[in-house]
Amino acid sequence: MEKKNHREPLFHIVKKDEASLPLKMLTVALTVLAALLVSALFINFVTKLDPISVYQSMFKGAFGTSRRTWITVRDTCLLLLISVSLTPAFRMRFWNCGAEGQILIGGLSTAALMIYLGDRIPTAVLLIIMFVVSALCGALWSLLPAVFKARYDTNETLFTLMMNYVAIQIVEFFVDFWDKKQSHSVGIINMNTMGGWFPKIFGQQYILNVLIVVVITVAVYIYMRYSKHGYEDAVVGESVATARYAGINVPKVIRNNVLLSGAISGIAGFVEVAGISHTISNETAGGRGFTAIIVCWLAKFNPFTMILISAFIVFLDKGASQISSDFGLNEYASNIITGIILFFILSSEFFNNYRITVHKNRKEGE
Amino acid sequence: MGVSQIISWFVAAITFGTVIMYGCIGETINQKAGGLNLGVPGVMQIGGIASLACAFLYESSVSNPSPIVGMLLCLLSTLIASALAGLLYSFLTVTLKVNQNVTGLTLTIFGTGVANFFGGNMMKLSGGVGTISVAVTSSAFRAKLPFLFGRFGTVGSILFSHGWMVYVALIMAFLIQYFLNRTRTGLNLRAVGENPATADAAGINVTRYKYLASLTGSMICGLGGLFYVMDYIKGTWANDSAIEALGWLAVALVIFTSWKPKNATWGAYLFGLCYWAYIYIPMEISRFLAAKMKLQSATYMQNLYKMLPYIVTIVVLCAVSKRKKKENLAPSSLGQSYFREER
Repeated sequence: MEKKNHREPLFHIVKKDEASLPLKMLTVALTVLAALLVSALFINFVTKLDPISVYQSMFKGAFGTSRRTWITVRDTCLLLLISVSLTPAFRMRFWNCGAEGQILIGGLSTAALMIYLGDRIPTAVLLIIMFVVSALCGALWSLLPAVFKARYDTNETLFTLMMNYVAIQIVEFFVDFWDKKQSHSVGIINMNTMGGWFPKIFGQQYILNVLIVVVITVAVYIYMRYSKHGYEDAVVGESVATARYAGINVPKVIRNNVLLSGAISGIAGFVEVAGISHTISNETAGGRGFTAIIVCWLAKFNPFTMILISAFIVFLDKGASQISSDFGLNEYASNIITGIILFFILSSEFFNNYRITVHKNRKEGE
Repeated sequence: MGVSQIISWFVAAITFGTVIMYGCIGETINQKAGGLNLGVPGVMQIGGIASLACAFLYESSVSNPSPIVGMLLCLLSTLIASALAGLLYSFLTVTLKVNQNVTGLTLTIFGTGVANFFGGNMMKLSGGVGTISVAVTSSAFRAKLPFLFGRFGTVGSILFSHGWMVYVALIMAFLIQYFLNRTRTGLNLRAVGENPATADAAGINVTRYKYLASLTGSMICGLGGLFYVMDYIKGTWANDSAIEALGWLAVALVIFTSWKPKNATWGAYLFGLCYWAYIYIPMEISRFLAAKMKLQSATYMQNLYKMLPYIVTIVVLCAVSKRKKKENLAPSSLGQSYFREER
């Protein structure tokens, strides 16, 4: 195409072996620092706060009172749970962008059970029923994309995305259906009886949330790491051809793991509805399904890294909301800051995998 | 259903379709070069908010704003802002080789944040009160066609009662179709998307093509956002994430059209018809269904009708993947980054 004289470029990019752990940590630290700086600049631009008080204010928003700390912990757990739910699907390169929908459907089934059975069955039994049903409903919601991906290699990204919108409409339908006051909102379900609500344990409201998330996270970790099925999942992700050669039933592995992924997302909906908001609306998933995709990817499917990243994102989110409300601005500031941070962390991966060689003698090629 | 209702349904569908047509054309260019940009909703929102901010600043700083100047400034700011978003995407995915899905989704989160933050707070940030409205600039985008508007009966009122960007989208669809199939640059671009290593060996500058495709594609997507803000919602802003839903439909439309912009000309309008169907499906049907399902009110059915565009997309998606005709498939290297040393 270009008929220029051959000239060596200023630099070129070479792949390198995996970076050592201290170097990786250094990269991450520098990246986070840079990202925080840029976010502070943005907040400074909007609110004229100096960066130090920006982060003081953010810290107050996330950990200012013990209630706020608990809310930060609670939301970290929820984001972690959704990220964990995506792991079985993502590890075999099935881009499940449908966590939003699966959460909604899981939450919807939970809300339905709370409404119809909330005052008739003891809460402990009801919680178990809701847990099972929400998992089944979440799995059901991922069934079609899973089957079509396994059989016809249908693009799962778009399929699951579209399922999100179908789920939103179903939720809207039931919100209208249950809403007796024509206000297009269900309100707090079982406000007085607290039927189907997560009980307080040791006087704390969110202990059960944390417990459920921890148990599921550990279970998924063991499944991925030590079980035959988890191993098959990883092989399919690395190379479908290898998996076939090894006699793995690829469509079956895809189907089962996507169903598992959907089931856990459904449980996330259960935790959200029965354990946190006690209501259902099209905002129940609130974009967490998308954020979790990035958390899952950044963590390279390692649940323990996911905890750190989820906590970081939730911290920023709470902090940014605090600043927004201090200044009477809307909460979308947190989306901007999350975006900035994620861009930085995503870019930083490059420096772990590649090396830039600068050419000193830029005259002629060898 | 009367004639006037049919007219208003089609008019609404065409306005709606134009938003996603821009998004679809832009994303097609990007995908043809191998870039699966899931940031379309984000780019559209960035493009939309850029135009709104620009029009707002212009209208509030000049005592007697001119629609034409406002329009040109809007176009310029949208193109610049969405090109920057495209640049960010291509820098991350092409140069830094970050996963495309993740980068795109982050761009969507970021774009949603930027658009709704500034859209919702612009009044507050500039010290005013009330909701934002840029009627003067918007009027330039919504000006009807001279000579044709108001003639040719029913067909005329469906076809000729739109702002000029509707027709630009149509022309652009055919131009891009021609560009991708009949020009050397277009064929090179497709080669990059099908097999970057071969294209590289043939002397095509893969990096440059990917960058330019992403930049041009994003600019066109941004125009979709601009059209949404200036024409569809008439120069106002609502924090309802409606553009985001439209952006995903635009991505779906790319597959629906099997990567052929000419198909977007009717596909987009078809999506529009499906999207607005919930208003135009006769009440008798809703009442009948509502009675069958023992609903309190027939309007509840509208929630279910609103699924239509998404279900249509799903059905098409499945049908296309089941048939697997070669010419309807995605570019082979779609979604993968290219690293020379790895061939």
